[in-house]
Amino acid sequence: MSETHLIDRVRELFPEAIIEVQRAHDELTLVVRKSALEAFMHFLFQDTELAFNYLVDVTAVDYQNLPEISEKFQARFMVVYHLYSHQNNVRVRIKTPLEEDEAVPSVATLWKAANWLEREVYDMFGIVFEGHPDLCRILMPDDYEGHPLRKDYPLRGRGERARFLFDTGNQEG
Amino acid sequence: MGLEKAIGSVMPNALTTRLDRLINWAQKNSLWPMPFGTACCGIELMATLAAKYDLARFGAEAIRFSPRQADLLIVAGRVSLKEMPVLKKIYDQMPEPKWVISMGACASCGGVFDTYTLIQGVDQFIPVDIYVPGCPPRPEDMIDALIQIQKIVEEKSVRDPSD
Repeated sequence: MSETHLIDRVRELFPEAIIEVQRAHDELTLVVRKSALEAFMHFLFQDTELAFNYLVDVTAVDYQNLPEISEKFQARFMVVYHLYSHQNNVRVRIKTPLEEDEAVPSVATLWKAANWLEREVYDMFGIVFEGHPDLCRILMPDDYEGHPLRKDYPLRGRGERARFLFDTGNQEG
Repeated sequence: MGLEKAIGSVMPNALTTRLDRLINWAQKNSLWPMPFGTACCGIELMATLAAKYDLARFGAEAIRFSPRQADLLIVAGRVSLKEMPVLKKIYDQMPEPKWVISMGACASCGGVFDTYTLIQGVDQFIPVDIYVPGCPPRPEDMIDALIQIQKIVEEKSVRDPSD
């Protein structure tokens, strides 16, 4: 199955969903509308010909300081999915533009790998995944405030380092 | 006092010394390190222990992954806010007397990672005896640090083990 065939099939089935098809460095990227994302990902997962059985990565990009992209897609964030098909040896990247307060449907029910990856995106960017089995922080401490990979988050934090106190449960003396 | 001479005449194979010296001599040549390797410094620490540099020559090859059996904590790498309570607990679990080496720039001062999540020097929370500069330090630096620790061990006294 070639990449052109893949594009033809998804264009036929989801004519409204695909905002843009990008090709760079021999890599295929589909920018998909958020409203169609759930059905779109479900199709890629369960279709026996395409057979995207492996979710390589879920991540996000904050385009706050890149107006040429954020204005073009009317979105601050892009959630990025990397998919791979072992059967066809084909890779595809799915991007979904997202405004600041919008939630995105979870794909953790399709690919189990999405569980921790979506938690990481939530932890770092504050993007909510609807339908996720347990959406809580994965890297930062549970009581941490803010989402540090957002572009408006200061590099040195908001004083967490200075305020940092902890209880080891093993007090001396 | 002529004590050595008197004992020597009765027991020709006997050696006289101070108790402090004897205990310190045994302790400094059998330090059991607890490695807290969180980054690239941990790899360099492994090189220090391996055949080429061979930390066993200084008696510190018995790496203990249980803090309760170790007396030298080597913090090798970055320590995050979330990780610091773990490190503190490990330090608290080590029996006295104990020493700490802060290996590399990150453990000593945060290194290049002046970010929201990184402890800017573990000495804010646990007492550090020797800081090893470098990113990461060469194995020779670690051997030097161990010798410095041995000098500290030499100077302590059984009267006050916290010294």
